[in-house]
Amino acid sequence: MTVRTLVLSAPGVNCDPETAEAIRLAGGSPEIVHLNLLLDGKRRLDDYGLLVLAGGFSYGDHLGAGAVLAATLRYRLLDDLLRFIESGRPVLGICNGFQVLARLGLLGRVSLVPNIDHRFICRWVPLRVEASPCLFLRGLDDLDLPIAHGEGRVIAAPEEIIHVPLRYRRNPNGSDADIAGVCNASGTVLGLMPHPERYVSRYQHPRWQRGEGHHPAGLTLFRNAVRYVEGQP
Amino acid sequence: MQQTAEDQQIGADLCVEIRPHWPQSLAADDLTRLSLDLAGISRLIDIMLPPDADRADLLRALPVLTDPLVEEWTVSDSVPGSPLVSLDVFPHPGVTDREGETAARALSLASPQLEGVSCRAGKRYHFAGAVPDAVRPSVERLVGNPLIHRFIWSDVVAAQPPAEQGQRIPTQTIPLPEREDELMRMSREHGLALDLAEMQAIATHFAALGRRPTDVELQSIAQTWSEHCSHKTFKADIEMAVSGRRETIHGLLSGYIMAPTAALAKPWVRSAFTDNAGVIAFDDEHDLAFKVETHNHPSALEPFGGAHTGVGGVIRDVLAVSAEPIANTDVLCFGLPETPEAAVPDGIHHPAVMCREVVHGIADYGNNMGIPTVGGAILFHPGYLSNPLVYCGTLGIAPRDSHPTSPELGDAVVVLGGRTGRDGLHGATMSSGTLDRAAVEGTVVQIGDPIVEKTLRDVLPHLRDERLYHAITDCGAGGLCSAVGEMGQRIGVEVFLDRVPLKYPGLSAWEVWLSEAQERIVLAVPRVALPRLQALCRLYDVEATVIGTFRDGGRLLLRDGAETVGDLAMSFLHAPPRRTLAASWEPPAAVPYKAGTPDDATTALLSLLRHPSIASKEEVIRRYDHEVGGGTIVKPLAGDAGPSDGAVLKPLPYSRRGVAVAHGINPLYGEIDPHAMALLAVDEALRNIVAVGGDPDYTALLDNFCWGDVSDSAELGRLVRAAQGCRDAALAYGVPFISGKDSLYNSSTHGATVVSIPGTLLISAVSVVPDVRRAVSMDLKQAGNVIYLLGLSADELGGSHYLWTQGNSGGRVPRVRPAETVPLLRRLAAAMCDGLVRSCHDLSEGGLAVAAAEMAIAGRLGLRLDLDRMPAADPLAAEALLFAESSGRFLVEVAPEDAARFESLLGDVPHAAVGAVTADPRLMIERAGAPVLDLPIAAAAAAWRRL
Repeated sequence: MTVRTLVLSAPGVNCDPETAEAIRLAGGSPEIVHLNLLLDGKRRLDDYGLLVLAGGFSYGDHLGAGAVLAATLRYRLLDDLLRFIESGRPVLGICNGFQVLARLGLLGRVSLVPNIDHRFICRWVPLRVEASPCLFLRGLDDLDLPIAHGEGRVIAAPEEIIHVPLRYRRNPNGSDADIAGVCNASGTVLGLMPHPERYVSRYQHPRWQRGEGHHPAGLTLFRNAVRYVEGQP
Repeated sequence: MQQTAEDQQIGADLCVEIRPHWPQSLAADDLTRLSLDLAGISRLIDIMLPPDADRADLLRALPVLTDPLVEEWTVSDSVPGSPLVSLDVFPHPGVTDREGETAARALSLASPQLEGVSCRAGKRYHFAGAVPDAVRPSVERLVGNPLIHRFIWSDVVAAQPPAEQGQRIPTQTIPLPEREDELMRMSREHGLALDLAEMQAIATHFAALGRRPTDVELQSIAQTWSEHCSHKTFKADIEMAVSGRRETIHGLLSGYIMAPTAALAKPWVRSAFTDNAGVIAFDDEHDLAFKVETHNHPSALEPFGGAHTGVGGVIRDVLAVSAEPIANTDVLCFGLPETPEAAVPDGIHHPAVMCREVVHGIADYGNNMGIPTVGGAILFHPGYLSNPLVYCGTLGIAPRDSHPTSPELGDAVVVLGGRTGRDGLHGATMSSGTLDRAAVEGTVVQIGDPIVEKTLRDVLPHLRDERLYHAITDCGAGGLCSAVGEMGQRIGVEVFLDRVPLKYPGLSAWEVWLSEAQERIVLAVPRVALPRLQALCRLYDVEATVIGTFRDGGRLLLRDGAETVGDLAMSFLHAPPRRTLAASWEPPAAVPYKAGTPDDATTALLSLLRHPSIASKEEVIRRYDHEVGGGTIVKPLAGDAGPSDGAVLKPLPYSRRGVAVAHGINPLYGEIDPHAMALLAVDEALRNIVAVGGDPDYTALLDNFCWGDVSDSAELGRLVRAAQGCRDAALAYGVPFISGKDSLYNSSTHGATVVSIPGTLLISAVSVVPDVRRAVSMDLKQAGNVIYLLGLSADELGGSHYLWTQGNSGGRVPRVRPAETVPLLRRLAAAMCDGLVRSCHDLSEGGLAVAAAEMAIAGRLGLRLDLDRMPAADPLAAEALLFAESSGRFLVEVAPEDAARFESLLGDVPHAAVGAVTADPRLMIERAGAPVLDLPIAAAAAAWRRL
């Protein structure tokens, strides 16, 4: 069974091609779907087994990262999205996709604000996987992934319970409690700032010429998602 | 913003202030330097409600503009009565306001009653204490630019903003005077930037027609004949006097840049000098397109906006050859960062501010587009203080034979993308004149919207693959006039200017025709394809408008409603009078090398590593997303953030074939010998290509000349010498040029003197990497490995960075040795294909010592080298061996077990094992058994990172 995967595209989303390629390498069957096709009813979320909100700068990130894409989903597609999640199908939000999921309130009370030094930053970071129900990170331990964002600083309300399956080992952006990713209680919805789709091959690792990169963690993450859906009734 | 009940009914003007309430760290270093304390920054959104909406609708919808978790908002009808001083910064009316447009979109999404709402977005800076009047202009310059922003201090009664629209002036006919001085005055006053012969040609043409030109026609001619659009200097006949001996050169472009490409006849060159970008074959099914542009004048005026739209423009060049962009490159030249504030001329941004804002502009556009910025350089030199250089490049890939170039009779003229406003009027004619005049015309400033361009980038491959257009071009300098005029050159075209979608009303016909509003593409679309094209554009949120028709007759017909505002013969419009220019060149007398009191080698190396042109650019590179797309295999930073020689990308998921991009540039040589500068820039670009795994026999070049005031014959003479150097280099190294651009008149007037930039030639190179798994990085890999030096060292300290940092003078500029270097490049490339090279770095600024230090820093390892083993052309002093920038040289790391094979592959090209990689992180260089340079890598790294 092939896992039909909807990789959402919208004006300003720009990581959709490599995200779709990562899904394909992981054994899924990706389709890049423009938001307007969903809004016009020409595609239905319900026809897919996995939803990925790819990175980028949706609508220029004006009014805050992911704000307008989140508002569009909230006012036009929220019921479909909630039904999708309630049916247990996984949703992955990468970078801008994480910002969208956070704005929609699907990950608890978390917000993403400008990095502490107010600078966009592109670098590889070491990460730590926490014990959690997150289906995407099963079997993963310490890993390297690249980040590339200007608004990745997680602000989490301290009194709130949120689920943090992924933390930075060296905090690059001032995130509360080194948070790099947040998931829902059941572990089926994950938002993360690092870009797993940029590490699905050894040759993407920054030190591959130094003999590193033999276990592309991003590929494992996507495989986990595809296999999870395959295992569902 | 006083508001009454009456106002509310007709649509009230409200201001929403949105303040973050998370622990904010303010990036306010510059304000702190002015001894000001910033209490906070908030977002402002001025809202003009549509007639049917009321305040309650707005209040319900407002949360969509904020993140309630981290922001609080207040609605005010007037400036808040806070005791603190605050400064509001809004874009001027008419200036693109992306945030405001998005706010309007979000509000109407949240509440259908708000459809038609309009918003202006700004920022409010709250100060904790008083802000003295004297520092306010400095504050304004730090937080905005008076050319694009208006500033409102809370304790000053603000003047009413100017009306949103300027006055629309009906098209006029313009009498052409007969007297020469009056013709020239007209050229100046109308901003035409034409010379007397050109003005006379226009007068003669219209005298023969028996009528006066319209303003639209006059501006069209000026635009088409501008330096930017017609490259009249590079096409001119030049009377060149070399030491009194005269020769006539019939066009620099055809004679020195295009001729070698024809002579080399490389089968993989697909298109050179005919289109918006140069094109070479990538594999059997794909082509690569590469283009580098400059955006110097706009960046000097508004560094963020200038660099921003520079990137946007060159991306469109690649889109306009039906390719998809896969990488950006940027090479920047600024005045010295430590220039004292008092030494910066009025109206010029300090180099540090300039650099920060240009980098911000490049990062914002490239990152938003999702195109990795993978390569470039930043050079600092006092000569760029008033005239910074901003080179922006884009590389693209396209399926073979997918780019149609011939509009057909009856095709619709379709404009795609952004709307037209008064942005950037006269950018093209500005390129023909020096900066001073342009500075007073605020309209030259352009602000881009990368998301609009991203939607173009999204839809165009679909239009291409469904073959929905017959021709495509971008709207750059010269706007629709240039784009449509060139496209219709062979057939003829009729355009209805009143059908062009506008950002705001009130534009005169000539303004619509010449506007350089960003993010527009023009297509020639067969009528039958229009419905499908419109449907695809709607899907991708792209506005597509039919504004005219290609029709025979060879005329440019411009209509404004029922009125004909222009009727020009294409044959006249596209045949500017050929210029004859005078140039002169005196070969420089050899100046003997003069050492001052040199530092010891270790201290000299530390000074070089700290030199701003050599020092680490990591801070900048990390602002650019250099990995989006997931195809960056050799990244701009290697190992521990070392400086890669070039970048390697893997553009296709299912193929291991790669593409390498790199640059060569060094204006210091040009000050001594522009011909040598060109040869050395080509040598450097090729070295950088080969250092990362590119194929020297499958490399194409772009030339980008940035020169000063070439109305001066000596300045033009230097340009001629550089162009001749390009020809000689292309032929000697066997590498064709496929595209290029020139930016002239980079000069400024100080009192009575005109100061030109150092003539600067950027050579950009693109090459194919047969298998990216063999690509090489520059960081040292393993202690115990052997270090080879390839290429000959010589007594060539002239124009070197060592000479600059030591305050020495004279000396010979490096020579190129293509007879030795070409085989060397080939054999090194072969060794890489065999997997024998562990790391490789070219020797450029700072010579051997800097290259060795960079490799060690990047690899966190040490190096031990012996100068006596270096292959040298002459017996050399240690300082020449350590710091000369002789051409054609590399440091190469090879594992001991591969050394014999590596040496036999190299054969008779100059090479020697000069040392070894050590686990001890020290750079130790010896001569005659005694150390001449000894430096812990940590100290080298600290200097290089300017810690």
